[in-house]
Amino acid sequence: MELTGAQILVESLKKEGVDTIFGYPGGVVIPIFDVLFDEKDIKVILPRHEQGAAHMADGYARASGKVGVCLATSGPGATNTVTGIATANMDSIPMVIITGQVASSMIGNDAFQEVDMVGITRPITKHNFLVKDINELSKTVKEAFHIANTGRKGPVLIDIPVDISKGKTEFKYPEKVELRGYNPNYEGHPGQIKKAMKMLSNAKRPVIMAGGGIISSDAADDFRKFVDKCKVPVTTTLLGLGSIDPDNPLWLGMPGMHGTYQANYALTECDLILSVGARFDDRVTGKLDAFAPIAKVIHVDIDPTSISKSVGVDIPIVGDAKTIIPELTKNVKECKIDDWRSLCKKWEEEHPSKYIQSPDGDIKPQFVIEKISELTKGDCIVSTEVGQNQMWAAQYFRYKNPRSLLTSGGLGTMGYGYPAALGAQVAFPDKIVVDIAGDGSIQMNIQELATAALYNLPVKIIILNNGYLGMVRQWQELFFDRRYSSTCLLKDDECPPECKGVQGSECHKYIPDFVALAKAYGISGVRVTEVGQVESVLKEELFNGKPSVIEFVISREENVFPMVPAGKAINEIMGMA
Amino acid sequence: MLSTISVLVENKFGVLAKVAGLFSSRGYNIKSLTVGETEDPNFSRMTIVTHGDEKIIEQVKKQLNKLIDTIKVSDLTHIDHVETELAFVRINLKGHSRSEILDLSHVFEGRAVDVGPRSLCVEIKGKPSKINAFIELVKPYGIIDVTRTGKIAIPREMNISD
Repeated sequence: MELTGAQILVESLKKEGVDTIFGYPGGVVIPIFDVLFDEKDIKVILPRHEQGAAHMADGYARASGKVGVCLATSGPGATNTVTGIATANMDSIPMVIITGQVASSMIGNDAFQEVDMVGITRPITKHNFLVKDINELSKTVKEAFHIANTGRKGPVLIDIPVDISKGKTEFKYPEKVELRGYNPNYEGHPGQIKKAMKMLSNAKRPVIMAGGGIISSDAADDFRKFVDKCKVPVTTTLLGLGSIDPDNPLWLGMPGMHGTYQANYALTECDLILSVGARFDDRVTGKLDAFAPIAKVIHVDIDPTSISKSVGVDIPIVGDAKTIIPELTKNVKECKIDDWRSLCKKWEEEHPSKYIQSPDGDIKPQFVIEKISELTKGDCIVSTEVGQNQMWAAQYFRYKNPRSLLTSGGLGTMGYGYPAALGAQVAFPDKIVVDIAGDGSIQMNIQELATAALYNLPVKIIILNNGYLGMVRQWQELFFDRRYSSTCLLKDDECPPECKGVQGSECHKYIPDFVALAKAYGISGVRVTEVGQVESVLKEELFNGKPSVIEFVISREENVFPMVPAGKAINEIMGMA
Repeated sequence: MLSTISVLVENKFGVLAKVAGLFSSRGYNIKSLTVGETEDPNFSRMTIVTHGDEKIIEQVKKQLNKLIDTIKVSDLTHIDHVETELAFVRINLKGHSRSEILDLSHVFEGRAVDVGPRSLCVEIKGKPSKINAFIELVKPYGIIDVTRTGKIAIPREMNISD
């Protein structure tokens, strides 16, 4: 039987097991939405902005491990997804983005709502397709899902001209994918694995660095077994948080710019790094010349381009963490490194990351996050915006489970957290999902409050309101002589230009009133200004199964510490006792 | 140093843009790039001449390999191969004789492909260094235009692996 292109698309998505699409309609995708209108097996979530759709698909994918799917119209609809696509690309998140395109005959004519989406997304997708023949459509969908969800995962875009959606042909779904140029390597080289584990057992001061690859390949259980056996200290990158139980005494915390003292010192003084699924990002390494100066490096990664890109590698192992870690475990023995482990412990005890919450002082953001962590016992999905809120969330929440932290690590996208949290909530309607936000970044996708209200997605937005774009303000305080250029969100025309900080009662009223804004969307909103209220409000709001906005008015000039200034070695740490 | 990389790709819409885009977005240099269909119309072969240190060339090769439409990447720089390039060089005839230029061209096994009252166009083929030498040599006469193909290369039979 002949089906239209739009029907073929939807049937193909069903073959791929898609149960949810985050989609925003527009001219050239009406035929697709028309098919979805009658579709029982696919739930369509209508966001309020296409950027929201892309981040929702991302959050859905990160939380569930399934491919996230979003759909937008041509031109502005498509370009609005770009930030979401780039975010997913940097963090290797499997996503399929479907965009409508003007009719094939109009392409290149500067038609209404035409944009070269394949051109725009070429550097920010794992792969992309423009469908030029309806007979290629089902094969393209099959290939897109395969590419998105294998190897180093990532976003794949399919651009579909409207005449393809409206055209008709016989529907056949290919059984398997044949891509001559794409055969990601899963098995690690057995010789390299043996060599690597020998090197590990001979090391005096080894450190394991665990990254997002462990989470995305669902290898956390295998990884924990490996660590239990070899007993080597572990540091987890931002995207690797949750790969090991934070209660494990071998865990050193996060490394890098806002990493712990012990993680950064361990990396600097170690004689061996075993990196699994991490890519030696500049926020982790700091000044490259001074990074792990005497260490040999074993690098397990599915993407050969990650290996020796920034840090030179002695033993590369190309393959999938899920496949390789059990092989590592088979080939490893407990490392005899008591002195090294005690040194790491000593660093931790002597230089803990801490903050002081006085019982009647301003609310400290770290205190709020610790309370959420305690009250939920870590059984919760945390998404974050970007900036100070993100770093505090990384430092003070204890991520017991993989896929429990959704954060834009590589791209650092403000406005990511809320839609991503909604996407995760769609995937797990019964889980507690919180978005740790700042008052700046929450305003970048705040329109999605409507989506939460209408679909009753009980995400809790925790706004840590300091009236600043806090992370930039922190840099201005530390490196730009407190010249708070364009970072105060209370500033208006009447403010003195030379204002260098908190004015207290002289400051203007905060706009918007987040509590009133929540109410405008039909969502409950609470403002917390006293330390004494923090716990009771959280107890009430976190578990009530309803969407809410919880605003904490926090200490305005609180900084994220420890901190390694950009360009410095990671053991040149500021803000440590 | 210069590296010559041969890339077998799917002969599909947008593949050239993906390869060229990779070089520009990652800041790699392209000295020349040629592309054409192979004996199988499903594939095209590109010969890319690029420069960078060893680490950069290693990344270039890995990144090329990572593209979904890339079938095979071969670095010909350090293996025995044959290579050639084609160029048209149009030279001004004002103030000197046609035969003088034709004599020079013959030394380089070039031939005149277009002759007019004011200029002479020479076709010249060979290693890029030979073409460079010819261009330097005729510069004093006044070059009006140069069109070069960029080099193509293929490994010698003894270096072909299956």
